[in-house]
Amino acid sequence: MYEHDVLVIGGGGAGLRAAIAAHEEGADVAIVTKLHPVRSHTGAAEGGINAALRDGDSWEDHAYDTMKGSDFLGDAPAIETFAKNAPEEVIQLEHWGMPFSREDDGRVSQRPFGGLSFPRTTYAGAETGHHLLHTMYEQVVKRGITVYDEWYVSRLAVTDHDDPEDRECHGVVAYDIKTGEIAGFQASGGVILATGGLGQAFDHTTNAVANTGDGPAMAYRAGVPVEDMEMIQFHPTTLPSTGVLISEGVRGEGGILYNDQGERLMFEYGYANNEGELASRDVVARAELTEVNEGRGIEDEYVHLDMRHLGEERILDRLENILHLAEDFEGVDGLEEPMPVKPGQHYAMGGLEVDEHGETCIDGLYAAGECACVSMHGANRLGGNALPELLVFGARAGWHAADRDLGEAQIGTGPSAKSEDEDVDTPVSPGAIDAGDEDVAADGALVEPTEVLDHHVTAEEQRVESLLEKDEGVNHAEVRADVQETMTQNVNVFREESNLKEALEDLRVARERYQDVYVRDPSRTFNTDLIHTIETRNIIDVAEAITLGALAREEFRGAHWRAEHQERKDDEWIKHTMLAWNDGNPDLYYKPVILEGEDKTYEPKERSY
Amino acid sequence: MSTEVTEKETEAQTETEAESGESAHQSRRMEQKRQQASQRDLEEEARTEIDEAEQTIEVKVFRFDPEVAGKEEPRFDTFHVPFFKGMTVLDALIYARDHYDSSLTFRHSCRQAICGSDALFVNGRQRLGCKTQIADLEDHLNSTIRIEPLPHQEVVKDLVVDMEHFYDQMEAVEPFFDADELPDGDLEEQRQDRENREKIKMSTRCIWCGACMSSCNIAAGDNEYLGPAAINKAYRFAMDEREGEDRKQQRLNIIEQEHGVWRCQTQFSCTEVCPKDIPLTEHIQELKRESVKNNLKFW
Repeated sequence: MYEHDVLVIGGGGAGLRAAIAAHEEGADVAIVTKLHPVRSHTGAAEGGINAALRDGDSWEDHAYDTMKGSDFLGDAPAIETFAKNAPEEVIQLEHWGMPFSREDDGRVSQRPFGGLSFPRTTYAGAETGHHLLHTMYEQVVKRGITVYDEWYVSRLAVTDHDDPEDRECHGVVAYDIKTGEIAGFQASGGVILATGGLGQAFDHTTNAVANTGDGPAMAYRAGVPVEDMEMIQFHPTTLPSTGVLISEGVRGEGGILYNDQGERLMFEYGYANNEGELASRDVVARAELTEVNEGRGIEDEYVHLDMRHLGEERILDRLENILHLAEDFEGVDGLEEPMPVKPGQHYAMGGLEVDEHGETCIDGLYAAGECACVSMHGANRLGGNALPELLVFGARAGWHAADRDLGEAQIGTGPSAKSEDEDVDTPVSPGAIDAGDEDVAADGALVEPTEVLDHHVTAEEQRVESLLEKDEGVNHAEVRADVQETMTQNVNVFREESNLKEALEDLRVARERYQDVYVRDPSRTFNTDLIHTIETRNIIDVAEAITLGALAREEFRGAHWRAEHQERKDDEWIKHTMLAWNDGNPDLYYKPVILEGEDKTYEPKERSY
Repeated sequence: MSTEVTEKETEAQTETEAESGESAHQSRRMEQKRQQASQRDLEEEARTEIDEAEQTIEVKVFRFDPEVAGKEEPRFDTFHVPFFKGMTVLDALIYARDHYDSSLTFRHSCRQAICGSDALFVNGRQRLGCKTQIADLEDHLNSTIRIEPLPHQEVVKDLVVDMEHFYDQMEAVEPFFDADELPDGDLEEQRQDRENREKIKMSTRCIWCGACMSSCNIAAGDNEYLGPAAINKAYRFAMDEREGEDRKQQRLNIIEQEHGVWRCQTQFSCTEVCPKDIPLTEHIQELKRESVKNNLKFW
C-alpha cells in the first residue's frame, strides 16, 4: 500500500499542473501514470494557448468567443473562470522558462486562430504542447514531486453507498507494468483523474495509442455521470494515412484549403463567407467532407491545404514542425506542394461531470483536462483552448484536493443537479450497456479507507488473474478494431439515426465478444497484451456513451450534426446530455446549461463565421 | 550487446511472483500457459496468413522475457507482414503483434515522433519506429528488417529497455528553469530576444527517446557519463538569457565535472541518430568552449 495526500492519475498537462498546484498547497502529492510524463499526449498539441494578454483584448471577449464557439452549450461560470485565469497561467509558464515564440520586442507572440475575435493564441512554433509538457515536467522535477511512471491505474477505490453522491474515493488500484505488482494507493485528500483523451474509440484519430478513455470509463462505472459525450471534435486537417495532426496554426498563418478543382472551397461554396478557413473546426470539417461526398475531393478522400504562398522564411519560423510531419508521415514537401488533409477524431468535448473546482459528485474524486467536462467547450472546442483549460482547471483541481477553499461551486454535479423537467425524452433504451464487472464495491457498508482499498485490490487481482489464466479466446485487438471501425463508420462528422443504431448493435456485439477475451502473454513483466485488454473494455464503455448521447440529441449543434435534425433547437436542447452508469443500466438525463455569467447572460445567437 | 540480461533481474522477477501469492493451482496453470507460449511456432503461423498480400516484408524481431520458458534465452522471431506504401517500422510491429503474437512487446504511443517512446535499433541504427518508413530502408523487399532494442540499455522484455538510467542522467543536470529575478507584475513576461530563442530552439526539441545515448560509444564505456541528451538539456538552460550569470555558473560546474562534457570525443554518432535533428555534438562542443572561457576568467 502506498500513501499520499493527493494522487494525480495521468502525467500529461492537466496532471502535471494539478500536481504542482497541490504541492504548492503543501500536500504530499504523487503522480501515477501509465507512461512516463514526457510521453504524454499533451506533447502532440501543436497550435497554441489562448489567453487575453494584450491591449485591445479582454477576458470578456475570450469568454464570449468561447461561449459562441461552444454553440451555447458551455456553462458560463466555467468559461468565465477559464478566461479570467488563462493569462496568469500562461505568464506563469513563461516564468517557468517555456520557450515561446517571440515578437521583436521580446514579448511572447500571439497569432490568429479559428473562432477568435482577437489574435490571442500564444505559441511555441508548431510544437506548443511539447514545450508546455516538458516545461511543466521540469517544474515537477524541481519540486521533487513523486512520480510512479509506467503504473497503470485500472480501478478506483470508491465506497459502495447506493447514492453516488454519498460515495467517497479513497484511492486507486494500480498495476506496475514493469513487474506485474498490483498495489493499492491511498489518498487522504483526493484523487485527481487527468487521463486525457479517448480517441482510440475511433480508427482515424490524432490521438495517441494510450488515449483509451481510462479515466472516464473507470469513474463512470464508479458512479460519476458523463456529460455531453456525443460532442466529439473532428479536426479538419489531419494527414489521411495516419491521422497525424496538421495544426490549425497553418490556417491561422494564412493556409488555404482547395478542392480537386483548385477552388478555395470555404468561399466558393459558401461554407464560411466571412472567416473562410478560420471558421470553427466543426464548420471546416463538414465543408471538407461535403466536398468529398459531392465528388470534389482528391482521390475521393481528402482536400488540399496549401501554405506555399506563406514563404519559406515564415513557414520555417512558425510552422517548421508541420514541414517535418508532412514529409515524414505523408512524403509531401510542404514548401513545394499542398498537403493532403481530411477530418479526424481529435478531442472529446464531453467527459466526467465536474464543477469549476474540478470535483465530481463523488467526494474526494476530481477530474481535469480532456477527461473532464466542466463544461467549457460545449458542442465545439475552439483551437487553442485545450491547453489553457488544462492549466486553469488542472490547477484548481490540485488546489482544491489539497484543501484550498475555492468558495462555493456554481456548477452542480451528480444526480441532484438533474433538470427539473420531468418530461425527459429518451429515444433509445439505454439498456444497451450490459453490466460487466463492477467497479464499485458491492458487499455492503464498505467505508473504512483501508478496507475499501483492500477490497478493490483483491477484485483487481482476481480480474487480472482470470485474464492471464484463460488459455484461449478472443484477442482484444480484434474487438478494439471492430469498435474503432464502427465508430468511424457510424458516429463520425455526419450522423444518421440508422447509423447510430447500427453502431450500438456493433458495440453490443463487441461487449459480448469481450466476455471471451483472453491474454495470450502469460508474463508479469511488461505485459502490454494485458494492459491493452483492460483498455479495450474502457474503449467499449466510452464508445457506447458517445453513441447513446449522439442518438439522444435530436438536433444539430456544434460538432453534432444529425441528418434528420438539421437545426439547432434552442427551445429544447440548451441542456447537457448526462449518462449515469447505474450498475450497468445507464440513466439518461439532462441538466440545464448555465448561460448566466457573473455580470452578463450569454444570449444564444446564430453562429456564423 | 542488446542481449545482455543479468542474473539479478531474473531473480527479482521470481520474488515478485512469490509475493503476489499465486496458489499452487494457479502456478501450475500459469506454468502450462508459459510452456504453450514458448512452443508456438510463430514463423509457421506468420507465413500462412499473408498469402493474399501483393508484397510482403520480413521482419526479424528480438525476443526475450525473463519469466517465460523458451524466451528466457534471447532469440529472434521472424514475421512476414504485408507491405503497403507509407508503412513504418512501427506499423510492421503493430501488425505482427495484433495478427500473430500479442505478447510481442514494445513501447509506442503518439505515432508522430513526439512522445519519444519507440526508439529502436533497426538494421543496425537507432531510429524512431514510428518515423522510419520501411521504404526508406535499403533493399527492404528482398532482405530482412532486423529490429532490436536500443543497445547499451538493459532489456526488460522484447524491445523494451530500462530507461531509468537515462532519466537519472537527465535529472542530474538540474533540468529546470531558474531565473534570477522575475519581472514586476504577475502578468509581465520576461523578455527574450528572438535571436536567443533561436539559439536554444533546437535544444528544446529533445523528446527523451534515448537514441543518442544508445549510440554513444563513450556512454557505453562510462556509465556515469552524462551523455548527449542530458548535456543538451544543460545547454538549453545555460544558453537561455533569461537565467542569470550565477545560475549559468552553476550549470557549467555540473557539465564540467569528470563525467561531463570533456568525455565527449566528437564522434558525432548522437547527432547522426537524433530523430529531431538536434546538433548534439555541436552543443556539447559549445559548452566545452563556455567552460574554458569560464575557467579562464578566474586566472
